[in-house]
Amino acid sequence: MTTQQAHFEYLLRLGDNALILGHRLSEWCGHGPVLEQDIAMTNIALDQVGQARSLLAHAGKIEGRGRDEDKLAYLRDAWAYRNVLLVEQPNEDFAFTIVRQFLFDAFNFYLHEELRSSKDDQLRAIAGKSLKEIAYHLRYSSEWVIRLGDGTEESRQKMQHALNSLWKYTGELTAPDEVDELMLEAGIGASLTRIKPLYDEKVAAVLKEATLEMPQAGHMQSGGKNGKMHTEYLGYILAEMQFVQRAYPGMEW
Amino acid sequence: MTTKSNKKNWPLWEIFIRSKNGLSHKHVGSLHAADAEMAIENARDVYTRRNEGVSIWVVESKYITASSPNQSESLFDPADDKVYRHPTFYNLPDEVKHI
Repeated sequence: MTTQQAHFEYLLRLGDNALILGHRLSEWCGHGPVLEQDIAMTNIALDQVGQARSLLAHAGKIEGRGRDEDKLAYLRDAWAYRNVLLVEQPNEDFAFTIVRQFLFDAFNFYLHEELRSSKDDQLRAIAGKSLKEIAYHLRYSSEWVIRLGDGTEESRQKMQHALNSLWKYTGELTAPDEVDELMLEAGIGASLTRIKPLYDEKVAAVLKEATLEMPQAGHMQSGGKNGKMHTEYLGYILAEMQFVQRAYPGMEW
Repeated sequence: MTTKSNKKNWPLWEIFIRSKNGLSHKHVGSLHAADAEMAIENARDVYTRRNEGVSIWVVESKYITASSPNQSESLFDPADDKVYRHPTFYNLPDEVKHI
């Protein structure tokens, strides 16, 4: 793999994480448990789709084959997507949505802190801008994890169930592979080995305050960020997200 | 099922936003939230999405004591005929804003 290929892959990962999680959150639009949370979640969705737009536009330039952010978002099939498995998991209920958000936000926060010193100027600028948004997302999801975990018997049980179910998707976040190593060497990407202890510590601290039990470290599922094996859910997301462009190619409004 | 509606249990909060430094906080509306911190987060999402503010205050609605509408005559009418209480006899320089 050349540095340029790795660079493109790396930006796709960042962009796809933001796009897919943003799309997942947008599914709550009009269905939030209360008005205030409906707006909060769709706000975050908008932040993330905005980040995806900048990242994928940049990825298209690095690739140099004339694909812009819309082509990358709407005309790639599931096997070409590079988001982590965690973000494509379904909303299920508010507990799942919040736990998924928290487990991702905590990682995303430290990741973007590192990316602020990337040698890729454009990526550094995007990271600087996104970090403010991500800091808020992390605050929002942490506060909810704490309140629902340390809430009623029912809310605690739902949160613990969501946490246990989603835990197997957290390993992929901080496990470096070839693309990560190449980008770290090039000074473009973040050091996942530096992020991992920070991430583990943050998650442990919030779970403790939420009186939730950290799941046992068991089998971790991977295959999202390298595109080898996405879960069944990604195809359904893309079917809905890409439908209009697939049915009416090149349509604009 | 013994699910309680959280919405019913969440108290109402009054939201005040300072639109820029130098101005005072202004009442913008109300919302439901579980506690004060969440009320601030909700207010940020509901009322400051278009750059409306630099500072947020939240007050639980039950702590606001309101004047009674049927006292309005005795409270407000006596001020009607006392123009000398209004500082309308000064010329204000243009540089002084927000008065």
